[in-house]
Amino acid sequence: MTQSHRLENIGLINRNKKISFKFNGKKLFGFEGDTLASALLANNVHLVGRSFKYHRPRGLFGAGIDEPNAKLQVVINGQSEPNINATEIELVEGISATSQNCWPSVEFDIGAINNFLKSFFPAGFYYKTFMWPKSFWYRVYEPFIRKAAGLGVGSIEKDKERYEHKYEYCDLLVTGSGPSGLASAYAAAKTGAKVILAEDKPRFGGSLLTDDVNIDNLSGKDWAYKIISELKKMPNVTLKNRSQVFGYYDHNMLVMFERTGDHLDKKSKYHPRQRLWYIRSKEVILSTGSIERPIVFGNNDTPGIFLASAAKEYMKVYGVAVGKKPLIFTNNDSAYETAIEFKKNGIDPIVLDTREEQNSELINDAKNQGIQIKFSHAVAVANGYKKVKSAKIGKLNSNKTGFENIEIVQCDCICVSGFWTPTVHLTSQSGNKLKFNKDIDAFVPDKSKQKETTIGAANGSFTLKETIEKSFESGADVGKKLTANQVNIQVPSVTEKKHKSHDKFWCSPLPKNENPKRFVDFQNDVSVADIELALREGYRSIEHVKRYTTLGMATDQGRTSNLNGLQLVSNIENKIVPEVGHTTFRPPFTPVTIGTIVGREVGHHYMPTRKSPMHEWHLKKNAVFVDAGAWKRPRYYKQGNENLFEASKREAKNVRENVGICDVTTLGKIDIKGPDSAEFLNRVYTNAWMKLPVGKARYGLMLREDGMVMDDGTTTRISENHYHMTTTTAQAANVLSHLEYYLQIVWPELNVNVVSTTEQWAGAAIAGPKSRELLKKLFPDLDVSNEGLPFMGYVESSLFGVPAKIFRISFSGELAYEINVESDYGLSMWEKLMELGKDLKVQPYGTEALSTLRIEMGHVAGPELDGRTIPSDVSLDGMVSKKKDFIGKRSLVKEAFIKNDRQKIVGLVPTDRKSSIPEGSHIVSDKNGKLPNPKLGHVSSSCWSVENNNPFSLAIIKDGKNMIGKKFFAVSPLHKKAIEVEVISSHYVDPKGERVRS
Amino acid sequence: MLHIKCPYCGIRSQKEFAYGGDATVKRPKLNSDVSDKEWDDFVYMRKSPRGKHIELWHHISGCRQWFKAQRDTATHEIFKTAKINEEIK
Repeated sequence: MTQSHRLENIGLINRNKKISFKFNGKKLFGFEGDTLASALLANNVHLVGRSFKYHRPRGLFGAGIDEPNAKLQVVINGQSEPNINATEIELVEGISATSQNCWPSVEFDIGAINNFLKSFFPAGFYYKTFMWPKSFWYRVYEPFIRKAAGLGVGSIEKDKERYEHKYEYCDLLVTGSGPSGLASAYAAAKTGAKVILAEDKPRFGGSLLTDDVNIDNLSGKDWAYKIISELKKMPNVTLKNRSQVFGYYDHNMLVMFERTGDHLDKKSKYHPRQRLWYIRSKEVILSTGSIERPIVFGNNDTPGIFLASAAKEYMKVYGVAVGKKPLIFTNNDSAYETAIEFKKNGIDPIVLDTREEQNSELINDAKNQGIQIKFSHAVAVANGYKKVKSAKIGKLNSNKTGFENIEIVQCDCICVSGFWTPTVHLTSQSGNKLKFNKDIDAFVPDKSKQKETTIGAANGSFTLKETIEKSFESGADVGKKLTANQVNIQVPSVTEKKHKSHDKFWCSPLPKNENPKRFVDFQNDVSVADIELALREGYRSIEHVKRYTTLGMATDQGRTSNLNGLQLVSNIENKIVPEVGHTTFRPPFTPVTIGTIVGREVGHHYMPTRKSPMHEWHLKKNAVFVDAGAWKRPRYYKQGNENLFEASKREAKNVRENVGICDVTTLGKIDIKGPDSAEFLNRVYTNAWMKLPVGKARYGLMLREDGMVMDDGTTTRISENHYHMTTTTAQAANVLSHLEYYLQIVWPELNVNVVSTTEQWAGAAIAGPKSRELLKKLFPDLDVSNEGLPFMGYVESSLFGVPAKIFRISFSGELAYEINVESDYGLSMWEKLMELGKDLKVQPYGTEALSTLRIEMGHVAGPELDGRTIPSDVSLDGMVSKKKDFIGKRSLVKEAFIKNDRQKIVGLVPTDRKSSIPEGSHIVSDKNGKLPNPKLGHVSSSCWSVENNNPFSLAIIKDGKNMIGKKFFAVSPLHKKAIEVEVISSHYVDPKGERVRS
Repeated sequence: MLHIKCPYCGIRSQKEFAYGGDATVKRPKLNSDVSDKEWDDFVYMRKSPRGKHIELWHHISGCRQWFKAQRDTATHEIFKTAKINEEIK
C-alpha cells in the first residue's frame, strides 16, 4: 500500500528517510518523524482496535496523550509490550504493532457480538450479574471477565531493557513547551535561574507548531524554534523533550518520565530505554496547555472521527490528511483553522457550526476561501461500521433540543471540536482546589497550595497575546524571586485572529425514532445511556457515578470525557457543573512503565548485599547462603551430595566432638565510650553493669519500654570508659537507633558516645572441645589457659601485626571463643585457622549448625525473642535486676505479665524420637479436636539434636515448665503432620553449663 | 516525598530520615513511682491530630541525630525543625 493520505509540501517529517513497519502483519511505510499513528493514517489505516466492553471498531481519535482508542501491542527491540499509545510512539525501523482486545482479528472480531447484545450490558452489569452464587466469583466469573474484557497481553519474559532513575534539583521546572512554557522559561532563565523545561512530545513548541499565529513577524513555529535555540545556548537551562511530568508530590517534588531509547534505531548496551526523574524544584510553572473536548453524538466512536485539533496536527506536523471528504463539527472558532488547513491542501471541507450565523476574523477567512459552512447545524449520527461513510446532520431547533430536518452528507472523516479543557491534572495533584470558569465551561486552578503557578491555556487563557504577555511576566517574576535579578524583556508583538465566544453545546440530540450509542468515554465504553441509568439507580456523588459506570477510569484518565460526563450529570440533576464537582486527579497523569518505576533496583540490585571479608572463601567451599537482613551468611557447606540436614548435622557434630569455626562478622558491634557508659548500660540492660571489671564480658538483655525483649548479646569492658557491645545480626540497626534515642532525648545528661563498628571487625567463632588448642596455635604467646582466659574473659592481642580482640564467649554451649580482627585481615585469619586446625579436624559451620547447637542448649534467639516475650517467658528472669530501674522495667509488673499461666519456653521431643517437628506447629492436647482447636502454644525452633541423635524443639507453651512430663500434639496442617510430643526442659544438653567453663 | 531540614545538616530528602513519633511524650523519671495509667499513657497512648504536630525525626542516613519537627499532618507542611534541646512553640 502506498501512503495514499500523505500530503505534499507540509509537515515536519523527514521525507528522505523511509521507514518500514508492520501493523497486524501487514508491511507499511512511513517517514522519520512520524508517530505510529501518523504513519498508519498516511496509509489510510483507521481501524486500530476494538472497544473494551462492546468490541466496537475503534480508530484513531487524537494526536497525543488525548488518544483514548489506539492502545496497541507493540514489539520494540524484540520485546512485546501492551497498551502502547500509537500517538505517542515514534516510528522506528522494524517496529511491529498489533491490535488488542479482538479475536480472531480486528477486522473480524467475535466479541463484537457484545455490541448487538448491548442492552444486556448496562452500567454496573458486572456488579448486577455476577453476584450469585458467591463461590462462582473466583472460579468462573472473574476468569471469564478477564478473558473477555481488557487490554493487551503483558509479557512473562524478563525485561531486557535498562531503566534508570535520576535525581535533579532546580530553581524552576516548567512543564510544557507551548507558548506559555517557552515564554516563562525564557524570562526566568534570563534572570539566571536554573531552569528545566520539560516537553512530552519529541518536538518543542506545543500549539505553536500548528496554530496560525504570528509573533514578532515570525510564524508561531519559527518563533518557537528561535526561543528554543536561545534556551539551548544558556548553561542554566536544561531542555527535555520526550519527557512527561506525571506526578506532583509534597514539597515540590515532581516526577518525570523520559523516553530515552524507543525512538532510536540502534542504541548501545547500557543506553537506558526510559528514565525516571525525581525533580525537586524551588518553584514550578505549570504550562500544561489544554485538550480539545469532543461533542457527543450518535455513533461518535466510529473510526474516522477525530478531534479537530488532532486533524490539524496530522496535517501540519506529519503531512497527513485524516480524510479527503472532511466534515468539521464545531461549537467554536478554533476548528475553522482545521477547515482552512484542509482547504490549503486542496481538500474541501464542510463546516457544521452549532452557533447561529457568526462573523469573526477566522470565520470570514473561511468564508472568503469558499469553505461551505452550515450554521445552527450539528451531526446527529455517524454512519459506517469500520469507517465513517456519511453522517446524518440536521438543523438544530431554536433551543437545540432537537433537529428541524435531517439530511445525509457523504464524508470520510468527522473533525469535532467542543472547545477546550485546561489540563489541570498536575495543579490538582499539587493539592489545589479547582474552580469552575463559566466562560470556558471548564475547571481552572484556584489558589496555589505549593510553590507553583499555572499559566496559559492550563489556566484558562485562550488568547495568545494574553498568554505570551502573562507568561513573560510570570517567568520574570518567579526568576526574580529565585535570583533577585530583575530583567527587562521586550514582550513580542502577537498577531492572531480574534475568536467569537463558543457555544455551550456539548451533546447532539437524538434524531426521531433512532437510538444509537452516544459515547462519553471511549476507552471504557461509557455511553450517555449508562450515565443516565446510574443516576436513575440513585448514584448521586460524581465519585460514585465514576466508579459505577467506570467513566474516566481508563488509562487516559478521562482526558476527553470528564467534562462531558459532568455536563451530563449536571443536566440530569438540574445542577450547575461546579455543584456536581469533579473527581480526584491522581498520579500518574499518563501511563508509566513498571520498568521505569523500578529502575535499576532489579535482580540482585533490588537491595544492597552485605558480604563478610570471608565471603569468597565460603563460596569456594560450596557454601549455601541464607539472607540475614542484607547480609549473606553461609547456611551450610555442602560436601558431595549432602543435603541441608546431613551437612548441618555433620557440622554441628564436629563442633561437639572437635572444633568448628563460624563466620560471625555479621553480628552488630557498637562501640560505647564515655565516663557514664556503665551507668548507661545499667539503664539499657535488665541486669547489673556497674561492677563489670575491665577485661570481662557479660551477657545482657535489652527490653523495649513495653517490657518485651528487644535484643540480647554480650558487652565487654575494654577499658575503664570503653565498652564493646554486640547485638544480633537482625537487630543491629534498631539497637543503635534505640541507644541514640535514649542518649540524645531521654538522658542527654549522660556523657556517652555510641557508634557502629560492625564493618570494622571481621569475626570468627571457634567452638568445640579442641577450640583452646586451636586458639593456642593462632596465638602461641598468649596465655589461653582456663585461668589466663576464663569464661567471659577478654584479652587483646595482635594478628598479622594488627590488633585482635579475643573473647571467651559461647553461643554453642561448648568451650568457645570469638576472635575479632580488622576487616581487611578477616580472610587471612580464617585461612590461618583452617590451616592450623587441620590436625584438630577443624571444619567451618554455617547458621543451620549454629542453630542446632544453640537450640540443644536451650539458648534463645530470634524465634523466641519475637517481640511478644518478656524475660520470664524465655527463662531469663534471672537476668532481671530487682535492685535498679531500667528501660521497660515498669511494664514487667503489669497484671498480664505476672500471670502464672503465661506461655513460656520448654523443650519438646517427639515420643517416637524420630519425627522432626515443623517450626511453627501448634501445640494442642487433642490432635482430632473440634475446630477451633484450643492452642496451648507453638513450636519456635526445631533441630536434630546431634548430642542425643533425635529431634528436639523449643516451644513456647502455656504454663511452661509446669507442663514438663506431659504429652501433647504438635500439629502442622500445612505439613499435614500431627506429632505426639513430650514436654521436657529447654536445656537438653549440658544443663549445668559445665562445658563453657571447662 | 518530604523535604526536611535537619538542624545539623540542612535540607535533605525524606529518604534519609526515620520517623520517631510524638515529640511531646516525656518518659517518666527512672526510679520514680509511676501509676499504671501514667505508664500506659507513656508507652501506648498517642494522639493522632489533624493539623500541627510536633514530632521526632532521626537523621538515620546522615548525622544520626534525633530532632524535632513541627508538621501539619494534613498538608505535610513543615513549619519548623529544632534540635532536641530547643523548644518549638
